[in-house]
Amino acid sequence: MFILDHLWIIMALPLAGSMLTLLAGRHWPKKLVNWSSVGFPVLAFLSYCELAREFAALAPSQIPWIKDYFTWMTAGPFRVDFALQVDQLTIVMLGVVTFVGMLIHIYSIGYMAHEDGYYRFFAEMNLFMFFMLTLVMGANLVVMFVGWEGVGLCSYLLISFYFTKKSAADAGKKAFITTRIGDFGFTIGILMAFWLFRAVDYHTMFATAANMQPEGLHQWGALTAICLLLLAGAVGKSAQLPLYVWLPDAMEGPTPVSALIHAATMVTAGVYMVARMNPLFSRAPAAMLAVAIIGAVTAFYAATIGLAQNDIKKVLAYSTISQLGYMFLACGVGAYAAGIFHLMTHAFFKALLFLAAGSVIHAMGGEQDMWRMGGLRKKIPWTYATMLAATLAISGAPLFAGFFSKDEILFDAYSGPNANFLLYALGLAGALITATYMFRLIFLTFHGKPRFDEHHVHVHESPKVMLVPLVILGILSIVGGWFALPVYWGGKDYFKGFLDPVFNSSQQLMLQAHPGWTEPAQSLEFQMAAIAVVVALIGFFIAFYLYVMKPDAPKKIAQSFRPIYQLLSHKYYVDEIYGALIIGPIVWLSRNVLWKIIDVRIIDGTVNGTAFLSRETGSGLRHFQSGNARSYATWVVVGAVAVTVFFVWMVK
Amino acid sequence: MTNQGYLLTVLTFFPLLGTFALLLLKGDDHVWIRRLAFVTSVVEFIISLLLLRGFDLTTSAYQFEEFYAWIPNIHIHYHMGIDGISLFLVLLTTFLTPLAVLCSWTSIHEHVKEFFAMLLVLEMGMVGVFCSLDLFLFFLFWEVMLIPMYFLIGIWGHGRKIYAALKFILYTMFGSILMLVAILWLYRLSSAAGNPTFDLPVIQQMLSSGTITMSGTTEMLLFLAFLLAFAIKVPLFPLHTWLPDAHTEAPTAGSVILAGVLLKMGTYGMLRFCLPLFPEASHRAAPVVATLAIIGIIYAALVAMIQKDLKRLVAYTSVSHLGFVVLGIFVFNPTAMEGAIYQMLNHGVSTGVLFLVCGMLYDRRHTYEMSEYGGLAKPMPILCAFFLFACLSSLALPMLNGFIGEFMILIGVFDARHFAWASWAATGAILSAVYLLWAYQRVALEKVTVEKNENLPDASGRERFILIVASLVILFMGIFSPLFTHRMDATTNDLLEQVNARKGYDVQKRAPASPGIQPALPSAHELAMRTVTLERRTQP
Repeated sequence: MFILDHLWIIMALPLAGSMLTLLAGRHWPKKLVNWSSVGFPVLAFLSYCELAREFAALAPSQIPWIKDYFTWMTAGPFRVDFALQVDQLTIVMLGVVTFVGMLIHIYSIGYMAHEDGYYRFFAEMNLFMFFMLTLVMGANLVVMFVGWEGVGLCSYLLISFYFTKKSAADAGKKAFITTRIGDFGFTIGILMAFWLFRAVDYHTMFATAANMQPEGLHQWGALTAICLLLLAGAVGKSAQLPLYVWLPDAMEGPTPVSALIHAATMVTAGVYMVARMNPLFSRAPAAMLAVAIIGAVTAFYAATIGLAQNDIKKVLAYSTISQLGYMFLACGVGAYAAGIFHLMTHAFFKALLFLAAGSVIHAMGGEQDMWRMGGLRKKIPWTYATMLAATLAISGAPLFAGFFSKDEILFDAYSGPNANFLLYALGLAGALITATYMFRLIFLTFHGKPRFDEHHVHVHESPKVMLVPLVILGILSIVGGWFALPVYWGGKDYFKGFLDPVFNSSQQLMLQAHPGWTEPAQSLEFQMAAIAVVVALIGFFIAFYLYVMKPDAPKKIAQSFRPIYQLLSHKYYVDEIYGALIIGPIVWLSRNVLWKIIDVRIIDGTVNGTAFLSRETGSGLRHFQSGNARSYATWVVVGAVAVTVFFVWMVK
Repeated sequence: MTNQGYLLTVLTFFPLLGTFALLLLKGDDHVWIRRLAFVTSVVEFIISLLLLRGFDLTTSAYQFEEFYAWIPNIHIHYHMGIDGISLFLVLLTTFLTPLAVLCSWTSIHEHVKEFFAMLLVLEMGMVGVFCSLDLFLFFLFWEVMLIPMYFLIGIWGHGRKIYAALKFILYTMFGSILMLVAILWLYRLSSAAGNPTFDLPVIQQMLSSGTITMSGTTEMLLFLAFLLAFAIKVPLFPLHTWLPDAHTEAPTAGSVILAGVLLKMGTYGMLRFCLPLFPEASHRAAPVVATLAIIGIIYAALVAMIQKDLKRLVAYTSVSHLGFVVLGIFVFNPTAMEGAIYQMLNHGVSTGVLFLVCGMLYDRRHTYEMSEYGGLAKPMPILCAFFLFACLSSLALPMLNGFIGEFMILIGVFDARHFAWASWAATGAILSAVYLLWAYQRVALEKVTVEKNENLPDASGRERFILIVASLVILFMGIFSPLFTHRMDATTNDLLEQVNARKGYDVQKRAPASPGIQPALPSAHELAMRTVTLERRTQP
């Protein structure tokens, strides 16, 4: 029971690593930085293993296991404790975070070996782990928010890691600010939750929600509003429509950062939050529908953009947005377990895709444009093999990890209690495009003839310290789905069963809301799986046809469908639209109206006007004082009188 | 009236002792002048820590009270005392002054002796303002404090320093005059009621017990006179235009004190005078004041965003942040009010650090123009790291101090059912990220564009010491807020009871400190909720 009694240890380990490296790392040799900054995440993972072992021995009545550390804020009726909790959902998330985090730290030793600011990189990565663990272990909304903002900070720091590049500095700022827009919703959501439930810790909130009369819960649409506001936060963090724009730019950061923060862990925080809040969402059907719609539309929309990107990391970025969309779709139709399952498998294969892409970039000496690659299959075979495994997984090849998780989402979207055919169709179309853009990436990068100068670029396989994480993740991309082998495959659906205590009440609520719903036959599940496989195959063949059989075709297509191609390759011009409609006008207004007119012209103008007037009228006293001083006095009097009159008139 | 020791008197006049000692030194003995000033301010800080030891957090009564007749024939008393509101403001003052002394170590070359003498006199005035409980005494300290500030800006400032100093003093004086009229009026009212006095607790008692009666208009006028004086000081939109000028031209120490302490006198005055003396007028004016505060939050943030001068930018952020404080005060909710008091302290520290960083840059390059900087994280990583840290505290990152204050204010505002106000104010959180990160990018990130900047020295030992101390306080206040707020509980509850009790305003009783749930505003659904027994699950 050691770790259960001292939950803080898991968080404290990476924090200690971060602080040590930050304070002393400047003067350390690289080896020592490696040991310290990789050692602590490894220790965190080991303590997680111990935690999981101890957790398995807990009686169901002891879950969620809550540890209260100290009172963080208290004023009036408001009180927040710094409390951590562990339940089944936390165990899954912690596993993903510590395990994938550990692997990516190991990989970074090789990847970052030649970069400046080595110690700074690891200090920030460790700090990220700390905040991510806070996020998933927090026992109330405010502690979650601590982790939430903390990971945002680390994301900001790491995206702008190469801060001398303007694009990197811009991207970091954009990421922080865009997610802050979502966090505005999150904040108001917390305020409203406190107002409604008189508490912000999950346990009390959910118990209150379960016991409140529907009229109380929904007075003034309170519960729906809370869910939608929290959703706004999730949309920002998980890069969903319409706040996804920061994630593609975030690829400015070093590749391990993209793998850890912008693929496997931080961006899934939104999904985690919706799943965590499932007792609230399940009572607000309108908010559920909003989650599902945002998810499905984003899944499809981002996939289409992925089709026309040339930068290998950008393709993966849009792919991440799209896959996160599937997770939202899952939560939105009430299949929370499927969403979390996809979150886990996605963490494996998407981290792998990024790490492998990093290995490619490393091999190519920094090149990221896929049109300047090609034929790398033989030169970097390990990278190729692992990346292919991940691609098969994300495309939904049978028995690979992504196959089970994505299938389950689509199946629930089609036949679950909250089924919606339109959303299912969007998801299915997204799956087709996913297979296409992923194999496009594989073919462009690894197949065909080299499209770069082989004399200049010395392609080399990455060192072992990078390959080992790739191989481990490659294996997980294949077998990672077998935890959740559904019943019709002869499995026990272990994953869903494990998470059942967390989602059970929501499941019951959904069934109550849809009394006519019956469990679909197993044969339907088979048919659905078959359809998904056929769709993925079509996607594969499109890519195969275009990029292997007829290498000239893409250019011709791009030319004959020029407007569509332009639209896609310019990402629907969303950045430009936001710039022209929101950012531009606000900056213009602030500079030209608020500052130059109100502050400078109206106020200082009045001052100068008064100065001029008083100079003209009061010439006798002019010798004693500077015009300025008296003009100010006059102006102040005028202003004060005006305000007083205004007040008296207002308050009367 | 029992006297409880002499601590406040010692605390108030100890800096004056330092000033006299300074005057004995030779004018060109800069080293010893600095040392003496520093030692004085540090000893003052240590003395002020004694307040924490003796402070009783169970009572809302004034503590460490001292009461002597001063000018008996017009009933002026020397009456000092502190409560949960002023306790930490005194500590803030004594904490920031040594930092202000340290940051002027090498940047003041002329009239060094006079500079530090002014700084210490200023400290006396500030501590006096927070401790005095006699209206006349308060007014005296309020005015005394203006003079050194005027000279600090006017003599040791830069650019249009005379203009800025005059603007500062005329604005403040105007408010002071109205306040003086109001004070005299109150005196007249008290003598009409048969007990002429300037004593704040006595007047308050007479007002709330009905011994002094006045018409609604009179109350409103008196309230407005006080409010205007304080609103100028805060500054509340649209009375803020003196602030950017004063800050931009003031020396670093002046800016630190100005932003750190002087602005708080406005919000302190609202809590100490406007609310308890004129509860009804406060309630009537609240919508207008809160609206102005929210306009200030957003307007100043937008204007800050497009500034090209770093110091001016930081100055506008003060207007924005103080808007939160005023909003927190005028919703009459315990959470919001403690948040507001806490935010006063937070703003003092974090904005103080921002100004310190501005000063350190100015010491090196003699400009605040951001276009003159850029890429500084390369030559001076440590200084930039602290700069970023202060920005994060200012933009309310959780676990740093700014978050706690802002969040409590928002919770309170929302809980008082001002949903729209809370939502509008919360946009300030987005905007603060925009202007601070943009400023940070323009100063610290990207490539070094100006050749001179390539070899700028990083923070010196003295500078590091200042920044580390302030950053530790930022972190500490971000984690252990109950250590502070518990000491405010009794006072804020009592104050709110007085303010809300008059004429049937909502009385918000404080919930017990247990984690049990006690709705502040019972409504239909909450009553339904109460039937549910909620047991908090804690593990053995």
